[in-house]
Amino acid sequence: MSSVDAPKMGGTGGDEKPRVAFWNDPEKRGYLFQALLFVVVGYLVYAAASNAIDNLTKQKIATGFGFWNNTAGFDIGQRLIPYETTSSYGRAFWVGLVNTLLVASIGIVFATMLGFIIGVARLSKNFLVNKLAAIYVEVIRNTPLLLQLLFWYNAVLKALPEVRDSVAMPGGFFLNNRGLFMPEPVFGASFSWVTWALAAGLMGYFAYGRWARKKQERTGQQSPVLLVGLGLVIAVPLLVYFAAGQPLSFNIPDLGRFNIRGGVQVFPEFVALLLGLVIYTAAFIAEVVRAGIQAVSKGQTEAAYALGLRPGPTLDLVVIPQAMRVIIPPLTSQYLNLTKNSSLAVAVGYPDLVQVFMGTVLNQTGQAVEVIAITMAVYLTISLFTSLVMNWYNSRKALVER
Amino acid sequence: MKKVLMSVAVGAAFVMAAGSASAQTLNQVKSRGVLQCGSNTGLAGFGQPDAQGNWTGLDVDYCRAIAAAIFNDATKVKFVPLSAKDRFTALQSGEVDVLVRNTTWTMSRDTQLGLEFGPVNYYDGQGFMVRKKLKIASAMELSGASVCTQQGTTTELNLADFFRANKLKYEVVAFASSDETIKAYDAGRCDVFTTDASGLYAERLKLTAPDDHIVLPEIISKEPLGAAWRHGDNQWGDIVKWTHYAMVTAEELGVTKANVDEMLKSTNPDVKRLLGTEGKFGEAIGLTNDWAYRIIKHVGNYGESFDRNVGAGSRLKIARGVNALWSKGGLQYAPPIR
Repeated sequence: MSSVDAPKMGGTGGDEKPRVAFWNDPEKRGYLFQALLFVVVGYLVYAAASNAIDNLTKQKIATGFGFWNNTAGFDIGQRLIPYETTSSYGRAFWVGLVNTLLVASIGIVFATMLGFIIGVARLSKNFLVNKLAAIYVEVIRNTPLLLQLLFWYNAVLKALPEVRDSVAMPGGFFLNNRGLFMPEPVFGASFSWVTWALAAGLMGYFAYGRWARKKQERTGQQSPVLLVGLGLVIAVPLLVYFAAGQPLSFNIPDLGRFNIRGGVQVFPEFVALLLGLVIYTAAFIAEVVRAGIQAVSKGQTEAAYALGLRPGPTLDLVVIPQAMRVIIPPLTSQYLNLTKNSSLAVAVGYPDLVQVFMGTVLNQTGQAVEVIAITMAVYLTISLFTSLVMNWYNSRKALVER
Repeated sequence: MKKVLMSVAVGAAFVMAAGSASAQTLNQVKSRGVLQCGSNTGLAGFGQPDAQGNWTGLDVDYCRAIAAAIFNDATKVKFVPLSAKDRFTALQSGEVDVLVRNTTWTMSRDTQLGLEFGPVNYYDGQGFMVRKKLKIASAMELSGASVCTQQGTTTELNLADFFRANKLKYEVVAFASSDETIKAYDAGRCDVFTTDASGLYAERLKLTAPDDHIVLPEIISKEPLGAAWRHGDNQWGDIVKWTHYAMVTAEELGVTKANVDEMLKSTNPDVKRLLGTEGKFGEAIGLTNDWAYRIIKHVGNYGESFDRNVGAGSRLKIARGVNALWSKGGLQYAPPIR
C-alpha cells in the first residue's frame, strides 16, 4: 500500500508547497542557524580583537604594524637576499621566509626520493634489503624529530675538522666545521646566450620525446631519445659557451685568518636541518609508498609477468602508476608536515622564519600578537599553496571513471 | 615546539584575558601564597638550579628577598626558567610576577614593552671569549670570525653594532638558549662566544677545557642588569625597588644575616628605620614594618649575596669592581630610608 502512495504524496508536495511556519521549514531554519552562527563567530572575533587592543593599550605595550619598517639592528648568518644590520624588520622577515622555503623545498625533493627508495626496498624479496628498510622506518619514525635534529647537528659538527685542518677537495671545495665551501660561479655578460641555448635544448628535448612516444605508439619503433636528448641539452649549450668565449669564471674560496674567504658557503645548520627533515619525513613517505604499492592487487603484477615484462618495467609501468592514486593524498600531508617541522630550525640555529621573526624580531619589538599572527598566516599560506598544487596533481592522476 | 606553544599561549592570553595589571600583583602573590619569579634557565652565579632543584644565584637571592619581605619565608618562591626570547612575553602576560634574569635595562624595553625596570643589581658589559690557540689579544683582530650568540638579547644587537662601527666582517650564529650557544662554541662552530662579561666567566665553566679559552679585555657595551615588572602597578614596583635598596643599605650599615638580631637593639637611627624598630616604612609599601629585617634574616645583605654567588666566596671569583658600594668606589647606591 504505502509504496503505491508514496510517489503520489511526493508529487503533491513538489507542486504546491504546504504553508508552514518558517521555524518548521528545515531549509529556512537552516539559514537562520547559519546566520546566527555567523553572528556569534563574528562577535567572538570582534570581542577578542578589541579586548586584545584594549589590554595592550592599558599595559602600554606598543601595537600595530609600524615596527615593520624600523631598523632591525641584528645580523642573520645565512641570507639569500641582500640584508644588513641596518635593514628593516620587514626585510628580516623576508630573509627568514626565503630560508624556510629553501629548506622546505629541497627537503621535499630529497625526502620524496629517499622515501620512494626505502618504501620499495621494504617490499623487496631480498631479506637483508627488506629488513634494513624496516629497521630504518621503525627507528626513525619512533623517535622525536627534535632529538634527531640535535643529533644530526652535533654529529655534523663533531665529525668535521676545524678550519685550519679543512679538508681540501679537488676543484676548490673545502669542508670544515663552518660548512662546505664551494667555488662561486661568476657569470660574464654574454653568459645569457648559454642560458638561452640550454632553454632551447630542453624544449627541443621535450618535443623530440613527444614525437618519439607518438611514433612508438603508432609503429612500435623506438627512437634513441636519451642520446638525442643529451646532445640537445648538453652539447648545444657547450658549443654556444665556447663560441661566446667562455663567459664563466669561478671565485675559488681560500683559507683566511679565521675562516675561508670567498666562494659559496653551505652552513652546517642548514645541512643538519635538511638531513633531519629528509631522514625523518622519508620514513613516513616510505610507509605511504609501501601502503600504496600493496594496495595494487597482486593480479596486476602477475598479469604483467604473464605478458613477459621484467620486474623493473612491471614496477615502473604497471604498479607505480596505479599506486600513485593511493599515495598522493597522504604524501601531501607529509609535505605539509615537513614544511611545518622546519620551524624546529630554532634548535640548531638555522635562521628560518620562526627563528628570525618569531624569535629575534618578536623579542626586540615585544609585539607578540602581531608577529605571531603574521607567522601563522605565512605558514597557512604555504600549506594551502602546497595543498592546492598537490590536489591539482592528484586530480590528474586520479582514476577517471568512464 | 614548547616555545612556539608558549608564544601562542601568550598571544591568546592577550586576546582573552580581561584583567589589567593595575595594583593587583601584591594581592595575587599573597592569595597564591608563592612568588613567581622569572629566572634564567641556568647561569652559574645568577640563577641556576642544582641537582636537587635548589636554586642559587644573585638574581635568585633577589627573588628570595622579595618573598622574605612578603611572607617572612624565603622559600615561598617558584622559579620559572625563561629563555632570553620568551622572558618579556612571560612577564607581560602575568605568568611571572617579577623578572630577575640578568636582563639589561634599555629604553625601548622600558617604554615599548609595557614594563618597568628597577634597581640594577649587577652592572655588567658585553665581552668576547676566544680560544687561546688563536693568539688574539684584542677584539679588533676579530675580522672574519664567526660568532655564537643567544638570540633575543641586547648582546645580539651590540655585536652587530660593534662590528659595523669598526668595519669588521663577521658571521653570526644565533641560538635560542644559552646552553645550545655554548655547546656550539665548544664544538668549534664559532671562533668567538659573546655575552655579558659575567656570563662569559660563568659559561666558561661549562666548557670541556675551560683553561683553553680566554676572555678578551674589551667591554663593548653597558649592561645594567636589573629587575623588571609590569607597567602600571606602582605599589608592586615599590616593593621590588626597596627590596634591593634595603639589601644595599644593610651592607652600608654593616647589618648582616648573622648580626641582624643584635642590630634590633641598635640605637643608630638609620639601622632602626631599616629594621622597622622606628617608623612605619613597611606599611607604606603594603608590607609589615619588619620587612627589611625579614630580608636580611633570610637572605642577607647585598654584599653577602654577591660574595656567596659571584664574588670571592664562589667559583666565579668576580671582583666587586663597579658593583661595590658607592662609598667604596662602586655604583651601588641606595636612596635613604627615611
